[in-house]
Amino acid sequence: MHIPDGFLSTPVWAGLGAAGLSAVGLLGRRVQRELAESAVPRLGVMGAFVFAAQMINFPIAAGTSGHLVGSALLTYTLGPAPAALVMSAVLVLQALVFQDGGILALGANVVNMALAAVLVAHLCYRYLERSQLRGAGMFAGGALSVLVAGGLALAELGLSGVRIPPAILGLSLGLLAVNGLIEGALTLAVVRALERLSPGWVRKPEAEARPALGILLIAGLLLVTAGVLVASAAPDSLEWLAEEVGLAERARHLFETPLADYQARFIAWPWLAQATAGLAGLAAAFALSVSLGRLLIRRRRG
Amino acid sequence: MHHVVLEQWSRRASRVHALDPRAKLVVTLLLLIAIATSPALGGAQFAAYAGLLAAVVLAAGLPPGGVALRAGIVLPFAGALAVMNWLAGDVARSVAILLKSYLSVFAALVLVGTTPVARLFAGLERLGAPRSLVLVLQFLYRYLFVISEQAQHMRLAAQSRGALERAPRRTRLRAPASAVAVLFARSYRRAEAVYQAMLARGFAGHVEPVAPLRLAGKDLLAAGAASGAILAIRLGL
Amino acid sequence: MCGEPLIEVVNLRFRYEDGTAALDGVDFRLSASETVALLGPNGSGKTTFLLHLNGLLQGEGEVRVCGLKVEKQNLAAIRRKVGLLFQDPDEQLFMPSVLEDVAFGPLSAGVPPEEALRRARQALAQVGMAEACDRAPYHLSAGEKRRVALAGVLVAEPEVLILDEPTTYLDPPGQRDLVALLRRLPQAKIIATHDVNLARALAQRAVFFERGRIVSDGPVEELIERFGWDTSAASGS
Ligand SMILES: Nc1ncnc2c1ncn2[C@@H]1O[C@H](COP(=O)(O)OP(=O)(O)OP(=O)(O)O)[C@@H](O)[C@H]1O
Ligand SMILES: [Mg+2]
Repeated sequence: MHIPDGFLSTPVWAGLGAAGLSAVGLLGRRVQRELAESAVPRLGVMGAFVFAAQMINFPIAAGTSGHLVGSALLTYTLGPAPAALVMSAVLVLQALVFQDGGILALGANVVNMALAAVLVAHLCYRYLERSQLRGAGMFAGGALSVLVAGGLALAELGLSGVRIPPAILGLSLGLLAVNGLIEGALTLAVVRALERLSPGWVRKPEAEARPALGILLIAGLLLVTAGVLVASAAPDSLEWLAEEVGLAERARHLFETPLADYQARFIAWPWLAQATAGLAGLAAAFALSVSLGRLLIRRRRG
Repeated sequence: MHHVVLEQWSRRASRVHALDPRAKLVVTLLLLIAIATSPALGGAQFAAYAGLLAAVVLAAGLPPGGVALRAGIVLPFAGALAVMNWLAGDVARSVAILLKSYLSVFAALVLVGTTPVARLFAGLERLGAPRSLVLVLQFLYRYLFVISEQAQHMRLAAQSRGALERAPRRTRLRAPASAVAVLFARSYRRAEAVYQAMLARGFAGHVEPVAPLRLAGKDLLAAGAASGAILAIRLGL
Repeated sequence: MCGEPLIEVVNLRFRYEDGTAALDGVDFRLSASETVALLGPNGSGKTTFLLHLNGLLQGEGEVRVCGLKVEKQNLAAIRRKVGLLFQDPDEQLFMPSVLEDVAFGPLSAGVPPEEALRRARQALAQVGMAEACDRAPYHLSAGEKRRVALAGVLVAEPEVLILDEPTTYLDPPGQRDLVALLRRLPQAKIIATHDVNLARALAQRAVFFERGRIVSDGPVEELIERFGWDTSAASGS
C-alpha cells in the first residue's frame, strides 16, 4: 500500500504533499504542546514497536499468514494525535531508509496510512464506545483503517490516470476487504491481550482532548479540498476512474428510484455522485464491520 | 540486511559524503520533482538523469551494480502496473511508470547511501521539519534494532515450543496476539526506562546536536551545480 | 563536595501504580568515599530504591543527597551529583553515535559542544573505549555497551556512583576490568548486585533487601554468610 514515486500525477502528489506536510506540522506542534516533553522520545520507541510488531506473523488460513498494520492499535493506546505522529514517522523512515514508498509520494502515504487511517479508527472507537459497543468499535476501527488507507491509495492512483483493469481493481478491493477484516480481528485480539496484561494500556476515547480530533478533521478537510482542486484540474482522469469503478453508474441506479427528481442534478455533477457513492460505500462497510465485530464477540462469549 | 549495507555505504568517505545533508536533501528533492514532471516519452531526459546519478555514484565511491540492483526493489510493483497500462494501450504511461519509479528509488538510494541517517535527520530538522517529528524519528531509528531483535527472539521462542503448528484453532490468533501485546508492554516499559535514563543524565527538553551543521561554500557550489544540471535537463537546454 | 552524610534516606515507602508495594520503610545512610553493596533476592526492591536516589521515582518519606531534599526544585542539581548506571545498557544509550551519547549529559547541561566533546573523549578513554567514538551503540557488544554507558555517567563527574547490576552480560575479563576501573574511581558508590565476588571486591559494607525493607546492614562477608548468598557455597551444601 506504500505508493512509490513515479506513479502519481503531479497535482495528486503535490496536493497531498501540501496537505500531509501541513497536517504533520500541526500535529507535531500539538503533540509537543500537549504531552509532557517526556512523551516524545517514548513515541519514538513505540514507532519501533510498530515496525517490530509487523514482523510477528499471524496464521490466517490455508497456510497463509498476515501481520498487524498497527495504526488502530496505536490510536487506542496512545490517543489519535500521537498515533498519527508516530505513524507519520514510521512512513518517513520507510521512505527514506528502506525505500518503501516514494519521497514525493510521502504526503499521499501519510494522508492515507497515518492521517485517514488513524482518524477512522478513532471515530469508530469513539462513537461506538459510547453505545456499549466497545469491541465492535475497535474491530470496525481496525478494519476501516486498512480499507480506507488502501481505498484512498487506489483512488489516488486512479486520479493520476494509472489504468487498472476492472478485474484487477475488483481483486485489489477484495484483498483489501480481507486485509481489513484481518486487521480488525488482530487489533481486537491484541487489545484483549493487552487488557489482560494491564487494563491501563488501553485508553477511553473520551479522555482524549477534543482539539486532537479537530486537527485530524482539519487534515481531512485539507484532503477533501485538495481532492476537489485536483478534480477541477484533471476532470478527465476522474471521469475515467468513475467509469472504471462503475461507481457513477451504480450511484445513478441507487438514486434513480427514491430520488428520481434529483437525478438530473447528479448527472450534471458527476463528482458529487461519486462522492455520495463513496460515502454510501464507506457507510455500508462501516455497518458491515460493526455487525461483524458484534457477531465475533458474541460467538467468543457464547 | 538491506539497511545495514546502506549504513555501511553512508559511512564511507568521499566528497559527496562530506557535503552538508541539507544540500543533498534539496538537490534530491529537485531531481525527484524533475523526474516526476518529465513528459512520459522524454527518453533522452531520463537517460540524462541516469547519467547524472551515475556520475554521483562514481564520485561517491558507491558500487554502481549494488545501487542499481537495490533500486530494483520497486520493479515488481511498477512492473505490474506497467503491464496493465501497456495492455490498456497506454504504452507511454507504462514506460514512464517503470523509468520514473526506478530512477526515483535510485536517487533516494544515492541520498541515504551517502548520508548517515542521523545526519539526514539533522538536515531535515534544519530544513524546517517539526522538532517533535525529528525527535520521534531519532528514537524510532535508535530502538528499531533493539525492539526488532526482541520480536525475533520471541518468534524463535514460540517456534521452538511449536506454538504455532500445534495450537488449536481457537487459540491460533491468541498466541501471536499475546506476543504482540507483550512486545507492546515491553516497548512501553523500555520507553519509560529510556526516558528515566535521559532524565538521570540531565535531559532538559530537547536533544542538543553535537556537530552543528555548517553550510559551507563548497556545499552551496555543489548544490548549485547539481541543481543547474537538473534544470538544464528538465528544461531541455 | 558536600558534607556528611552524602545520602540519607528516612522511612521511604513506594507503591507502583499497579499497587505493588516495592519499598516498605527503608532507612539508609551513606558517607562520602564509602562503597556499599545492595544484596537481596529478585524483586526485593533494590532497583526501585536506587531510582529514588536521584528523584526518578518519588515516594513517601525523606531522601536527601548532599543535604538537598529530593524534590522538584533540587532535581537538576541532584542529578548532577548522582551518576546512575542502569541495569540494561540499551536503555541508557539512546543517541546515534557513541561519542554523542557520552556527550549528552554535558550538552544538556549547556556545556559548549567543543568542550562537551573533549570531556566525552576523555571519559571514553577512561573506560578503554576511545576508538569506538563514531560507532553506533546498537552495533556494540554487551560489554562494550556497558562501558560506554559508564563513560556517559562519569563524564558528568558525579559525587556518588550508583550502579545497578554492573557485571551482567560481562565476560570474566570484562568483569575484572570493570572491578579494576571502579576501584580507581574515587567516588562513593552504591552497587546493587547478585555477584558476591563483585561485592567482596569493591565494598566493605553491605545492606540486605527483603520485600522492600533493609533487613540487615553490616560487613559484606558477614551478610553473605548469614543469608547463604554465596553461589559456590550454596551448590556445595
Ligand atoms: N514499573 C513497575 N510497575 C509495577 N511493579 C514494578 C515495576 N517495577 C518493579 N516492580 C515491582 O516492584 C518490586 C521491586 O522490584 P525491583 O525491580 O526494585 O526489584 P530488584 O530488587 O531490583 O530485583 P532484581 O534483583 O530482579 O533486579 C517487584 O515486585 C517488581 O515486580
Ligand atoms: Mg533490579
